[in-house]
Amino acid sequence: MPKMGLSHLETSLLMALVMSVVLGITTKKTQSEQLRYGLKCMGYFVGTVFGLGWLMYLGHG
Amino acid sequence: MAEKVAGEASALASVNKWAPIVALGWLIPGAGHFFLGKRLRGGLLFASVTLSFMVGMLMRGYLFEWQTGDLFTTLIYCGGYIANLASGVPYLFAKWLGYSEPDMAGHVVDYGTKFLVCAGLMNILAMVDAFEIATGKKD
Repeated sequence: MPKMGLSHLETSLLMALVMSVVLGITTKKTQSEQLRYGLKCMGYFVGTVFGLGWLMYLGHG
Repeated sequence: MAEKVAGEASALASVNKWAPIVALGWLIPGAGHFFLGKRLRGGLLFASVTLSFMVGMLMRGYLFEWQTGDLFTTLIYCGGYIANLASGVPYLFAKWLGYSEPDMAGHVVDYGTKFLVCAGLMNILAMVDAFEIATGKKD
């Protein structure tokens, strides 16, 4: 079986994508609400990844 | 007395209604939704859980074994085992094929372990959603 080696960013974005899809589907009732919530979750995940990334970068000097 | 018997019969009928769907949803991610006619949702849930599990395996993530000890070890290993088991057929299939990677340090392996655990946790969310749809609490 081949070994997959993704970077931190790629892995985080892939995780954000699958989590957003599942959270959108399971927490909201209508399709438009699900889509909106999924996109919102994705935005929060990506924002957190970049925010914490910059915080760690600046924290290290 | 008659009301009590009727209530018990209703509860049993309700269990018979949702239990097979939740069990199906556990075995094959998204199958509960598919069975309830929510094909798009079922397909997306299947794709998300299976993709997460596959990526976890390709990153050589660790599949937890039931292990007890101090509180922290018990929480991590037993919780991880339950989460892994919640993935259903992908987990059973991986075990059947002899997938057994050691618990090693390293960011790729660590991410893989998280993907494997998250696949199970996402399937638990999907099972709860299928339960709510089957019992009429959700459309």
